[in-house]
Amino acid sequence: MTGPAVTELGIFVQLVVSGLAVGAIYALVALGFVLIFKATGVLNFAQGDLMMVGVYVCYLLVVTLGIPFLPALGAALAAAAALGCLVNVTLLRPMVGQPIFSVVMLTIGLSSVLRSLVGLAAGHQERRFPSPVADAPVALGPAVISRLGLWTLGAALLCLAGFLLFFRYTRVGLGMRATAQDQDAAALMGIGVGRVFALSWAVSAAVATVAGVFLAGITFVHPDMGFVGIRVFPALILGGIDSVAGAIVGGLLVGVIENLAGGYLDRLVGGGVKELTAFTVILAVLMLRPYGLFGTRDVERV
Amino acid sequence: MRSGDFRERYEDDLALLQSPAARVWLGLLVVGLVAFPLVASKYLAYVVNVAGIAVVGALGLNLLTGSTGQISLGHSAFLAIGGYTSAILVADHGIPFWLTLPLAGLAAGLAGLLIGIPSLRLRGLYLVITTMAFAFVVEHVLGRWEALTHADRGIALPPPVLGGIRFDTDHRYYWIVLVVTAAGVLYARNLARTRVGRALVAIRDRDVAAEVGGVDIRRYKVLAFFVSSSYAGVAGCLYANYLAYINPEHFGFALSIEYIAMIIVGGLGSVLGSVLGALFISLVPEALRLLGGALGGQSVLSVWLADLRALAYGLVIIGFLLFEPEGLAGRWRTIQGYWRTYPYTY
Repeated sequence: MTGPAVTELGIFVQLVVSGLAVGAIYALVALGFVLIFKATGVLNFAQGDLMMVGVYVCYLLVVTLGIPFLPALGAALAAAAALGCLVNVTLLRPMVGQPIFSVVMLTIGLSSVLRSLVGLAAGHQERRFPSPVADAPVALGPAVISRLGLWTLGAALLCLAGFLLFFRYTRVGLGMRATAQDQDAAALMGIGVGRVFALSWAVSAAVATVAGVFLAGITFVHPDMGFVGIRVFPALILGGIDSVAGAIVGGLLVGVIENLAGGYLDRLVGGGVKELTAFTVILAVLMLRPYGLFGTRDVERV
Repeated sequence: MRSGDFRERYEDDLALLQSPAARVWLGLLVVGLVAFPLVASKYLAYVVNVAGIAVVGALGLNLLTGSTGQISLGHSAFLAIGGYTSAILVADHGIPFWLTLPLAGLAAGLAGLLIGIPSLRLRGLYLVITTMAFAFVVEHVLGRWEALTHADRGIALPPPVLGGIRFDTDHRYYWIVLVVTAAGVLYARNLARTRVGRALVAIRDRDVAAEVGGVDIRRYKVLAFFVSSSYAGVAGCLYANYLAYINPEHFGFALSIEYIAMIIVGGLGSVLGSVLGALFISLVPEALRLLGGALGGQSVLSVWLADLRALAYGLVIIGFLLFEPEGLAGRWRTIQGYWRTYPYTY
């Protein structure tokens, strides 16, 4: 940080805004989780790894083949969507009606497979992803913010708005909402439940890829980057596992909380707070309000 | 000719050995296990020791996840707590291995209560996420708490000594593994065939019905957490002392997945399944190594080994879930059923 003009307030605002930028990535990944969970009732532990595969495709197109960024991103989104569909048809379809344990474990196995396949094919070195936007800092009032962070935030909000409109005003969106509420009733009303499932997986993988490309801009491209999926669970739990708005709010909140804790508490206890905060949030939320801020309260009829 | 397997009293269903043939087979198994070190090479002894330790850990996880239906991704954390309890006590405080073995189980068991009691409210996915968060927190703390765990430098351990015998070779350590594993199998088997085991299965199958039927859900869930993590603690202790070295890297999240793979491959809720699954999964890296040796690419393989292992575990999990959800134990029951009524397969 250069210049004497950085005040206490400046640091605070900066931590909050850069937290929001990271939180926006969390929100996008969380959105992918929610989409699949709402439609199919499956919590996809391989979400982060679908994201990672999408990012590697994008990296391959942009860096190795030299294709311009936007077409490459489009192709990567399409590839991720296809992969999502494929996973749904080949692995998840046969598991309909199986206990939750089996389905969860299946996605965990899938995550292991995707990660090791990419590791075998591309190696484990950390690669730099060329930032899609010039990463010059922007002065914002008393704080200095990275441009990429603002773009991420913008993209997340855009995706959110897009999804809310999609769910509310399109036929397909209506079908997805109906399927989420009651699969049998939706099927009886003539909604292709299988198609809705496939679509949810495709869209979810594509959204994750958008998040992954922004994430790659601030970190590295690496087969283990899918572990961000696990760091998104706090956001998911905080927001409520079946709420689109909850995913966004939870993601942003966790990003900010993590950043503030890292910024203020790390000095006191000597590092490591940032990584642990999110998981502490999980434990706290699960004990106090297991259905999250916006989630549906689980009521069991006997 | 008497065909089939008839049980005329309830006690027959609960018996430890369910047929005269089982008695014979068990006798042969004991002879084989005792004779094993006489014929085994050093490498084979190593493989069997690692597999035996895995059996102990898998028994614990299968009790919690397979029998009680409480999905846990935090098994690596309990293994780590057991391993570190023993390592710190042995290396830094000079307490003999034999005392630290039960203490490691106790420490991990208490940690299990720490995570198990607040989790009583949680079920299904939420429990998965909590235990997973716990695994990450523990892994992180181990890597950071320099004063206690020596962080990345790890802790070196002296070999266990009893009555003047130093258990410092693969062949000698085999006896420790054998005794502990046998005790673990026997305890798990006994737990499964008593009131407690039936209560746990009832909770898994339908917790509301179990409660109506008079099962104290809280008590038995907490018990399952305690026993399961104690098993993990003992396994972690055996593992650390066997390698004579412990490091946070041994206890990553991947280890939890490895154990999950064991119980899925073996068969959920089955003691035999834990044993078979642990053996199977422990043999995977060795099989990969053999395969690599046969293809002549030892140096290339060592680069890929970690990835190939993860790939194999992932494929094994997916394959068994899709095609053999009952696991190896289920397959074994099918084979048994076939021969029981041979040649009349009806």
